[in-house]
Amino acid sequence: MNGAVLGGAASIAQETGKRLAAAESLNATLHWSQDLLDAEARRVDAMPSPGPLAGMPLALKDNIVTVEQPTTCGSRILGDYVSPFNATVVERLRSAGGMVAIKANMDEFAMGSSTEHSAFGRVRHPIDPSRVPGGSSGGSAALVAAGVLPAALGSETGGSVRQPASFCGVVGIKPSYGRVSRFGLVAFGSSLDCISVFGRTVKDAGRVLSVISGPDPFDATTVDRPPMRVPEPLSSLRGLTLGLPREYFPSDLHAGVAAALKAMIDRARELGAEIREVSLPHSAYAVPTYYIIAPAEAAANLARYDGVRYGLRLIGPDGDIRSLYRATRGQGFGAEVQRRILVGTYVLSAGYYDAYYRKAQQVRSLIADDFRRTFASGVDLLLTPTTPTPAFRSGEKTADPVAMYLADIFVCPINLAGLPAVSIPAGRSEGLPIGAQLIAPAFEEERLLAAAAALERAIPAEAEVR
Amino acid sequence: MSWETVIGLEVHVQLRTRTKMFCGDRTTFGDPPNTNVCPVCLGLPGALPVPNAEAIRLATRAALALGCTIHETSVFARKNYFYPDLPKGYQISQFDKPLATGGSLTFDSGERGRIRVGITRLHVEEDAGKLLHDRFPGKTAVDLNRAGIPLAEIVSEPDLRSPAEARAYLSTLRQILVYAGVSDCSMEQGSLRVDANISIRRPGDSRLGTKAEVKNMNSFANVERALEAERARQISLVESGNPVEQVTLLFNAGTGQVKPTRSKEESHDYRYFPDPDLPPLTLTSAWIAEQRAALPELPDAKRGRLEAEYALPTYDARVLTSEPELAHYFESVVQAGVDPKTAANWVMGDVMTTYNERGAFPVAPERLGQLIGLVSRGALSHQAAKRVYGELSKTPTDDPAAVAERLGLTQVSDQGALTGWVDQVISAHPGEVSRFLNGETKLMAFFVGQVMKRSKGKADPKGVQPLLQERLRQTAESESR
Repeated sequence: MNGAVLGGAASIAQETGKRLAAAESLNATLHWSQDLLDAEARRVDAMPSPGPLAGMPLALKDNIVTVEQPTTCGSRILGDYVSPFNATVVERLRSAGGMVAIKANMDEFAMGSSTEHSAFGRVRHPIDPSRVPGGSSGGSAALVAAGVLPAALGSETGGSVRQPASFCGVVGIKPSYGRVSRFGLVAFGSSLDCISVFGRTVKDAGRVLSVISGPDPFDATTVDRPPMRVPEPLSSLRGLTLGLPREYFPSDLHAGVAAALKAMIDRARELGAEIREVSLPHSAYAVPTYYIIAPAEAAANLARYDGVRYGLRLIGPDGDIRSLYRATRGQGFGAEVQRRILVGTYVLSAGYYDAYYRKAQQVRSLIADDFRRTFASGVDLLLTPTTPTPAFRSGEKTADPVAMYLADIFVCPINLAGLPAVSIPAGRSEGLPIGAQLIAPAFEEERLLAAAAALERAIPAEAEVR
Repeated sequence: MSWETVIGLEVHVQLRTRTKMFCGDRTTFGDPPNTNVCPVCLGLPGALPVPNAEAIRLATRAALALGCTIHETSVFARKNYFYPDLPKGYQISQFDKPLATGGSLTFDSGERGRIRVGITRLHVEEDAGKLLHDRFPGKTAVDLNRAGIPLAEIVSEPDLRSPAEARAYLSTLRQILVYAGVSDCSMEQGSLRVDANISIRRPGDSRLGTKAEVKNMNSFANVERALEAERARQISLVESGNPVEQVTLLFNAGTGQVKPTRSKEESHDYRYFPDPDLPPLTLTSAWIAEQRAALPELPDAKRGRLEAEYALPTYDARVLTSEPELAHYFESVVQAGVDPKTAANWVMGDVMTTYNERGAFPVAPERLGQLIGLVSRGALSHQAAKRVYGELSKTPTDDPAAVAERLGLTQVSDQGALTGWVDQVISAHPGEVSRFLNGETKLMAFFVGQVMKRSKGKADPKGVQPLLQERLRQTAESESR
């Protein structure tokens, strides 16, 4: 897919347009046009030195703002809102030669694990349309999995890239919190939100992450460290200690997932890694902790969608400001978003703050301490399943929010701890992809990706596991 | 039975920065609506706040000037509520970890003498926008130029005991903040706003009564009036057997009355929590020490120094330090070689009048020094010098001596000319002369006045009196012969 190889960005743009049209039935995109793709190609072809992503077409999850297209966050409440500024990551992708012209479907405001909660319809799994691609970045995942694009950006708050990467059989990297600017990412849970990357390979995803990483004066939470470099894959894992946290291998783990992980562990051992069982006891509390902190932050972050300045405005029956708020927010937000706003408002309320929000922050520290202690004990990386099961059927969990939340049980502790992690394909079970997750200490993305690339080579991604 | 009034004040001052608290928009007052706005202060999706270092510096300076302890780590928090002038649906403020705590203000209260009022805390926050109700008939418009303006909120302890004390506290606070250069403190431009909490209790009672919050006062005088009105309301409530309820009241300057707001503000639950977009604000002790060292001389210290260094009366020192510019001007005039008390008289007189009119000093202190020099050398009478000063304030670059010349005000101290006028006066008033010689010595003033009149004010009065004495004595001698 490199422009130099295929003879210019213009032909890649044409080819991408054809593939997007062919993949229409996935409902993975919200906005794209051949005109904009072609304009991007012309811009890239005119660059004197196009940079590391020369001619690479990329999709953005539709919660990353661009000036050319609407940003909807998969919600009705933003209407046809078009941002007057570009996200920092957009500027960085473009100056590296990337072609940014596709906005991908998503769970509304990134709240969901199946991309069924989009106001613009659900995204279908590229292998089995009756199944979900995972979420909330399901559109981006499906586009990469369907071979439309080599890479795409999603966002994570509680696993929203690694989980769909696992379901769709692609690579998903979540960087350390503070590694990539959030400027221009529509906020959900600000202390957790990370722009993250899908790629067909660790290398593709790593190249993109390298381009978008690094401090940004417009985001006070970015960390002052140089951009990540793309590491060479390790030829051997000798000297590397892989920790297997026992809490992430429950006895009722899906048999296919268990088998895939066992195969992955065997390959790692063959490559020279030392395997050590470890314990992360507080990870058991990650999902409830996450479902206090993320909604609390979301309730505040989503207060700005009030119908006063932009987006949807519904006047309501009484004609006063409260009626406008009620009508706009009551009809503009979907059920899952409203549920989380209510939860978030509740856990911050006078009399409940200590019992919920403060307690959750304390537990969050304990979860992070578990990881710190484990890495300090000589473990280099942790290896876990990314999800407890392969992709589930659409409609299977929509009536049971808690069942849906548990799809993120192995991914969301990492967001609470702010660590980098990657999900790589680990084979298939009954035709459905399984993902393995590698977790590194904060800002050790290069170690993480060098090992991930080695394991990626050792496992045939599309082979059935037994 | 008597009542004790308990008052605490929350003062918001706008920090004197060029740009807003969390973005690069200008803070200019009076620009057309919604011209100083950007994605950050409009609360657009994806925009993020970045703290303004200058605002932090000014707030720290204010806190140091008020004797507060600066916390090396403070935390920005979100204060959540819905209102059309609040773009994000929350205000970025500080809550349980403010920038500074535990300061005080000492001032003359009048009734209780010199008192010390505790300052609970000082924290940094952003302002909200403004609703315009008179712009479009039947509609409310939103102006977000103020949204994101940096503010320091200064909360006092409930240590004030009367509306007059509240007013004195505010004057002292404003003076210190202006001295420290942290705020313009202009109530007209909204760069200083006051909310007052007031309750009453029986003298000697240590518990606080139920408080009411009074808002919407546009001057210190009106703060006093509003608090007088609210105190009277609470006393009459309680004395007629009704409890005081916790309410928010708006002051109406037209009627002088306070009225409860219609909104149920007291039921607000702001759901404060740390703003995850902003890391904790950390200041090093070295930086704080640097700010402390850079603090200018504050009003109390300056007043004391002026009294001691220039042997000025307390009253003079107080007037001269009412504003830092005035004290600076005074010291420059002294530096130009003028006797301190003479300089003080000038600065408190004509100079202050023109300063109050124009907000500036049209006559440079060196020029005023030259002018006063003409008086002390006898070249100009004090009255004439005041006229020259008036002229100089219109044409500040002119030389005072040249102006005096041009106006024909230069004094004559030449003996020959003075003797001529004196002789004319003596021969013109034989009656007064004989009365004087018969012991009516107070007529000397009359003779001096007559000489000044004949000289059209040019005669040097210091030279005239000895000459008159001499001539009158000679007249007496010739008569007795």
